[in-house]
Amino acid sequence: MADLSVNFAGIRSPNPFWVASGPPSNTAYQTHRAFEAGWGGLVWKTIGTPIVNVSSRYSALDIGGQRMVGFNNIELISDRSPEVNFREIAEVKKRWPHHAVIASLMCESREQWHDFVRRSMDAGADGIELNYGCPHGMCERGMGSAVGQQPLVAERITSWVMEVAKIPVIVKLTPNITDITAAARAAKRAGANAISLINTINSITNVNLDTFTSEPAVRGMSSHGGYCGPAVKPIALNMVQSCAADPDVRMPISGIGGISNWRDAAEFMAFGAGTVQVCTAIMHHGFRIVDDMIEGLNAYLDEKKMRRIDDLCGRAVANVTTWENLDLNFRQVARINHDTCIGCNLCYIACEDGAHQCIDLLHPDSLGLDLGPGRVAHKHVPKVREDDCVGCNLCTLVCPVDQCIKMVEVPTGKPPMTWSDYQAKVASGEMKPIPPHH
Amino acid sequence: MTLKPILTADEASANMADIQLPMRQMEARVEANRCLYCFDAPCIHACPTGIDVPAFIRKIASGNEIGAAKTILEANILGASCARICPTKVLCEGACVLHDRDEKPIEIGRLQRHATDFINDRGIHVLKPPAKTNGKKVAVVGSGPAGLGCAAELAQLGYAVTIFEKSKLPGGLNTYGIAFYKLKPQLSLDEAELVKDLGVEIRCGVEIGRDITGAELQRDFQAVFLGLGLGNGNQLGLPGENLPEVLDALDFIEQIHTDPLHEIHVGHHVVVIGGGNTAVDAATQSVRLGAKRVTMVYRRGESQMSAYEFEYEKAKHDSVHFQFDSMPIGVVDVQGHVAGIRLARTRMTADGKLEMIPGSEFTQECDMILKAVGQEKRIEMVRKIFPDLAVADNGVVARDPLTGATNIAHIFVGGDCANGGREVVNAVGEGKKAAHGIHTFLAGEYATLPTQPSRVGVDGGATGCGLHNPIRAHELEEQWRANRATKNGGTSRG
Repeated sequence: MADLSVNFAGIRSPNPFWVASGPPSNTAYQTHRAFEAGWGGLVWKTIGTPIVNVSSRYSALDIGGQRMVGFNNIELISDRSPEVNFREIAEVKKRWPHHAVIASLMCESREQWHDFVRRSMDAGADGIELNYGCPHGMCERGMGSAVGQQPLVAERITSWVMEVAKIPVIVKLTPNITDITAAARAAKRAGANAISLINTINSITNVNLDTFTSEPAVRGMSSHGGYCGPAVKPIALNMVQSCAADPDVRMPISGIGGISNWRDAAEFMAFGAGTVQVCTAIMHHGFRIVDDMIEGLNAYLDEKKMRRIDDLCGRAVANVTTWENLDLNFRQVARINHDTCIGCNLCYIACEDGAHQCIDLLHPDSLGLDLGPGRVAHKHVPKVREDDCVGCNLCTLVCPVDQCIKMVEVPTGKPPMTWSDYQAKVASGEMKPIPPHH
Repeated sequence: MTLKPILTADEASANMADIQLPMRQMEARVEANRCLYCFDAPCIHACPTGIDVPAFIRKIASGNEIGAAKTILEANILGASCARICPTKVLCEGACVLHDRDEKPIEIGRLQRHATDFINDRGIHVLKPPAKTNGKKVAVVGSGPAGLGCAAELAQLGYAVTIFEKSKLPGGLNTYGIAFYKLKPQLSLDEAELVKDLGVEIRCGVEIGRDITGAELQRDFQAVFLGLGLGNGNQLGLPGENLPEVLDALDFIEQIHTDPLHEIHVGHHVVVIGGGNTAVDAATQSVRLGAKRVTMVYRRGESQMSAYEFEYEKAKHDSVHFQFDSMPIGVVDVQGHVAGIRLARTRMTADGKLEMIPGSEFTQECDMILKAVGQEKRIEMVRKIFPDLAVADNGVVARDPLTGATNIAHIFVGGDCANGGREVVNAVGEGKKAAHGIHTFLAGEYATLPTQPSRVGVDGGATGCGLHNPIRAHELEEQWRANRATKNGGTSRG
């Protein structure tokens, strides 16, 4: 049994699974429920000057009958008074002294930041998260992503916080920025203890084709919202890895963005996340999902003979490089297993119309296949023309049968050669340019 | 004892409600999204009318039910009834690739019903008569599935089509002969209206050979399609067969379609002779009309029944009893009424013939006997109308299966009178093929089938379509298993 407990920039929690700042972390009641279910920490719904919310707040992207693949919201920060929020944080800490409670803050002035940081500490919060991320509503008032999108502004505000903070400070980054590492470096320069990312992405989920309004609709009008949920995971992973790999950042990362299960969490950890934060999956299925996250991560760590989260943390960071460092002499081709092929021909049409035209539909007799795959005798079956296959993976991605199409390495007999090597060799006359594809 | 109706109107109509439930909107979306959208899909190969199944299912998934219905009806004008009565388990659904992923096949039949119900419930017309007609006239004899299939296709190709139907109502078997709990006659009549909407004239109550001669038909029309179906039920040739409680199963089923359900006379103990799908329909409907005990008597064993496995299961589910390896030898006549049936056990001789076991005779009490032992071929009728038409040895009209062409250049044929008796969907497909044959004959050009979106792009065309050579999933399965067994030394693929 691995040890899941973490010390994240000085914040201790029994496991790395934290409830992210958002609707599930709005109240003491929810926090009790979350900790009872097994969550190791919780980032309180952002506390600031109380706001007024609109009534219609969420919308979602459904794909192929699957609900909430992507999720969008225009809800603002806490609509409860700071007094109530800080009092409840104190109550929660009394009952759950070993769980992490982080106060998320969003303020309007240096004085207010100082005041709220002190009140967070007085309430017994284990850390503070600075919300520089919300892409809707608050940014129009000069807060949220309006701060996060300008590294210098973020740096200055963070330094105000650091003037009084005696507990760890996490800066939450907005993804609505060209270079995420610029924002991360600003946090570092200001002396923050950690970063968390990503906040939500600017979004509009849909257009209602009858009313021509978007959702969520507030009396026929909508607004730009913040996008999250499973669909944003690749965007979040990209940014987490970028920060983890940046030598000028080098600070603890709390990973956020589309995490629904232990696998997602483990991937963020492999990219350097010391803790992960979850919101949309809880909004979809409740706090109970953490049970599988804890059990699954534990089993995975045991299987990999890793004893602590730290053993996993950052393991995959170095395996992402710039394109120019990839080996141009590596070659793979697709190979279809006709014993497990069900004859849907999706690989064929994907390659034919969407890629490089390297799959033929051939009569099974010509392949010595007897009846061939699928349920129609002697119906044509897909076969990769390996000489022409560029190894793009598309067929394996569309194939509905696990492991039916495998990408197989074809040894080229040539030593690895990156784009930079190639440029150098061509320049020195050591090799001729590779002819363009016909 | 004279037969009487057993159930009240409410009871009978509850028992005869559709056994196939329509899909709710969400259910249809979820099911449609399960479809892999195969390219050159096996289900198309398995559909005798060549419906582009993945294309219409994708349209349901996107909420384009009208487009889905159009895709279905362009390929199969009887798409709504076929959705209910096709043996999908051995056709499209039997061919679904999901079987090989050890999953439930897509419920193609119910999805097809969902799309066609959608437009029928809303009165939406998706097919239109062609903008241009070619002035050529074609006569279609018989308004059953083959005739309607042929007429709809011809009308869309620009022909002026007249259908001659001897019954009062159009639709043939679909109106009079399908189990009531599968298909209500009104739907069949609606489909005939659909064909009329394409500009086809349907003249009911007109019998060729009685009201119009074959010669007149050939004089007034440039081509003739014969979709005559099959004739009366075969006789058993038994003493007592003419008693009032001995009925042809098809006549019994027809009564169910023409009379109010609570006025159908049915026995308390019904014996159905035969082991085919019609026998099952007669047995299950007897049960549903209140018969206390229904027994199917079949002269061979369970494994030789020609009824589909799932029809046999349905009969068992309806508590039908089975008396296998038994043949009728007489009817017990008590004061001019059926009081039982005399049966004898049968066995197979060494040379594979069926024989009665001497001394095995016994009596089964019953008050009604339904005969479902096949139908007569239409040879007499064909000879009377078209004396020169070539007839095959097995009594069907000889024809080229791909075009429906007969030995007489301008006469085409399809459906049961040509194939000896198959599914409704086969008849529609043959009518459609004959329409293309007629078009080739009269216009000298090949009809191009509507482009099938889910198959566009195959090098040299899609590899096949059920319209030309429908595959049968259950036959394939056996062939496939046998080959696998030989190839893998007896182990089947996991």
